[in-house]
Order: sequence, then structure tokens, then C-alpha cells
Amino acid sequence: MRNVPALIFFMAVGLLAVSVPLVAHHGNAAFDPASVTVTGTVTEFTWGNPHCFVRFDVKDKDGGIVHWVAETSNPSDMIDRGWTKNSLKPGYEATITMQVVKSGKPIGRVQKIVLADGKVLSTTLPPAPKTN
Amino acid sequence: MLKHFMASTIAVVAVLMVPSPGRAQTAQPVPAPRHDISGIWTPADGPGAGIGGTGSKNMPEDGKPEHQLPYTPLGLETLAKHKPGNGARMVHPSEINDPEVISCEPQGLPRENLYELRTTQILQTPLSVVILYEFDKIWRVIWADGRELEKEHPEPRWFGYSVGKWEDDYTFVVQTNGTDERTWLDKAGRPHSEDLLMTERFHRVSQDRLEWTVIIDDPKMYTKTWVALDKFPMKLLPPTTDVREMMCSNEEFRAYHAAMEFLDPDAKDAK
Repeated sequence: MRNVPALIFFMAVGLLAVSVPLVAHHGNAAFDPASVTVTGTVTEFTWGNPHCFVRFDVKDKDGGIVHWVAETSNPSDMIDRGWTKNSLKPGYEATITMQVVKSGKPIGRVQKIVLADGKVLSTTLPPAPKTN
Repeated sequence: MLKHFMASTIAVVAVLMVPSPGRAQTAQPVPAPRHDISGIWTPADGPGAGIGGTGSKNMPEDGKPEHQLPYTPLGLETLAKHKPGNGARMVHPSEINDPEVISCEPQGLPRENLYELRTTQILQTPLSVVILYEFDKIWRVIWADGRELEKEHPEPRWFGYSVGKWEDDYTFVVQTNGTDERTWLDKAGRPHSEDLLMTERFHRVSQDRLEWTVIIDDPKMYTKTWVALDKFPMKLLPPTTDVREMMCSNEEFRAYHAAMEFLDPDAKDAK
């Protein structure tokens, strides 16, 4: 039974192969550049400027709940990346890859979200072709 | 007769199938219309190309010697007071004092051209050119009725006072002064004074390509003129394009800052 949380809780640290940090209006100084991946349940998604943000709950190693919040870019950028204000809804199970503030508090910046049905929501935009 | 017709048809088809130097293999740019920069334009190198998080696209605040600006002593002194969140001088978010970032203040000109330059609609009337910016849903009027730019104005404006003239058939040159010195020149915190004269050159290269140049002349802050945006390429979008809304709402702003604990001041000194 003690292994059950381990089955539903997953945390990994690694580098995303293709991530290019979004240019945030507040800059990058608050975040550790390393990526962290957690699996949890969405509790709220707020669509607005200057950044959208998602709240989600993650079970920790002891079975407790950690309340996370992580930002994306602004709505205009997120539309370019295929998101809408309904992309995330309370109750969605999601695996979230993000950068976390340097103190280690549960505050992050989303790089990628994989939903339970396999749908991938990325905050990275493929580079556009260069002009001549 | 039939033989002759068949032979002629085959000959025509053969000619059409053979590549010819005289026949273009790819679409050639359609020439620019005369005295016309109207249209819905977007950064040609992608939607993020005009964001300018580290400041002026042409002279970013990246620590490279070639991007050091020619500051006057007052320019340096003012720069030191500006605490940006991006670029080589970036500070922790809790220390940023950028008025646009910390309280949704208008970013004004020239910054509207240098930070978050996104899809932009340009309208022309017989007397003026009007620019509609996506970011902050800002509009500005450039008088093009032959008037001269006044040197004095009753008050400063966030977006200043602008007058434009056609330099040639395809180049519209705009001068702007009377800007509000509370604004930062760019996202990196470069300063400007009330004496700023901004020159913009809109050069329509072809029907679907526009180059946008921004030149800064502010003798209080800089010892010489410098180019902040150099022939920045914009491509024409279909006239039916629905330009998005992108506004700073105080309520959304407060909700975001509260939720993110504004990015954790405790993390300021964390390694």
C-alpha cells in the first residue's frame, strides 16, 4: 500500500530537448532553468494577461497534497500554440513539465502538459522559417 | 488537317512543360503600390520576432560591447534607476520597477514599436496614417497632410505627436516628439527624455513586405543617434484577418500576481 502513492506520484528532473523559454514580461530571474515533471489534477485554469496560469494538486511522497501553480504565456501566444481557454478544466489529470522558482516552492512556468488522453499542450512554438 | 492540329497541340504542350528562363518557376513578388503602406502586417519571422524582451531588437541589452549604447552621464544615471526583468541587467521579479510590467502603465512610444510588436493594422486616409497595434490595443495617428512637426506641445503624450511624409513612392518617413518621459524606451530599461525625436521609416519593399526602421535621437540621454529597429520585416496578412485583443486588465493582473506570489521573493537569493 505504501507503494500506491509512488505509482500515482511521479517526479522527475531533466532537460526538455526542444524547449525554448518563453519571453515572460517579468523575465527569467526567478526560475531554475532545470525542468521538473509532476503528475496531478487540475483545479483551476485562468486565461488572462499578462499570463495564463494553472493550479493543480499533486500528491507528495507521504500522501499529502501539494497545491501547485504554474504560468504559461499570454492568451495570444497560447492561441498560436493551439491552446484555448478551455484547454484545461478542473478534474483533468495532467503530467506537467515546468521550470520551478529557485526556492523550490510549488510555483512554476509550464513547458509542456500531457493530458490523460495523451493530448500534448506545449508552450513552445516551432521556429518560423526565416525570411530572405 | 487533324494531323496538323495534333502536331500543333503537342508542340504547345511540350513548350509549356519545358522550364524556361523566361518563365518564372516561383512566384515573383508583386511590386509595391505607390504611396501605400496600408494593410494588416505581422512580423515576417514569426509571431515572437517582435517581442524584444531584452530591449531594442537591433541593440539588445545582452552585454555585448557592440550593443552598448552611447549614453550621456544623465543617460547612464537614469538607466541605473531602471530595474528590468529581462536582459543583462535583469533583476528578480520582486525588484522590477518597469511601470508597464508592475502596474499596466502605457508603454508609449518608442517602446510600442520595440516591445511586443505583433500583428499591426495600418490604415490610410487622405490626411493621415493610423496605426492599430495588437498589444494593449493601441492606436496612433500620424498626420500626413503636409504639416510640419511642432517643436513645442501643450502637454507630453504617452504616444507623442507624429507627422509623416513620403520620401519616395514606397518610403513613408515619420517623426515623433512630445513623448512622455515616464516611459522606458524599451523593455531593457533604456531611458528617453522629453527631448526624444524618433524617426520611423516604413519602406514597402513589395506588395506583401514592409520594413520598419526606428531611429533614436535624444541628446539628453545619448551622445549620438542610434538605430533601435533596423528594417524589421513585416509580412502582409489577408485583409479579412481578425487581429487579436491583447490588453492589460488590472483585475487579471492582480489575480496573476497573487497566484504566482509574485514569483516568490524568497527565491531571490536562492541558488
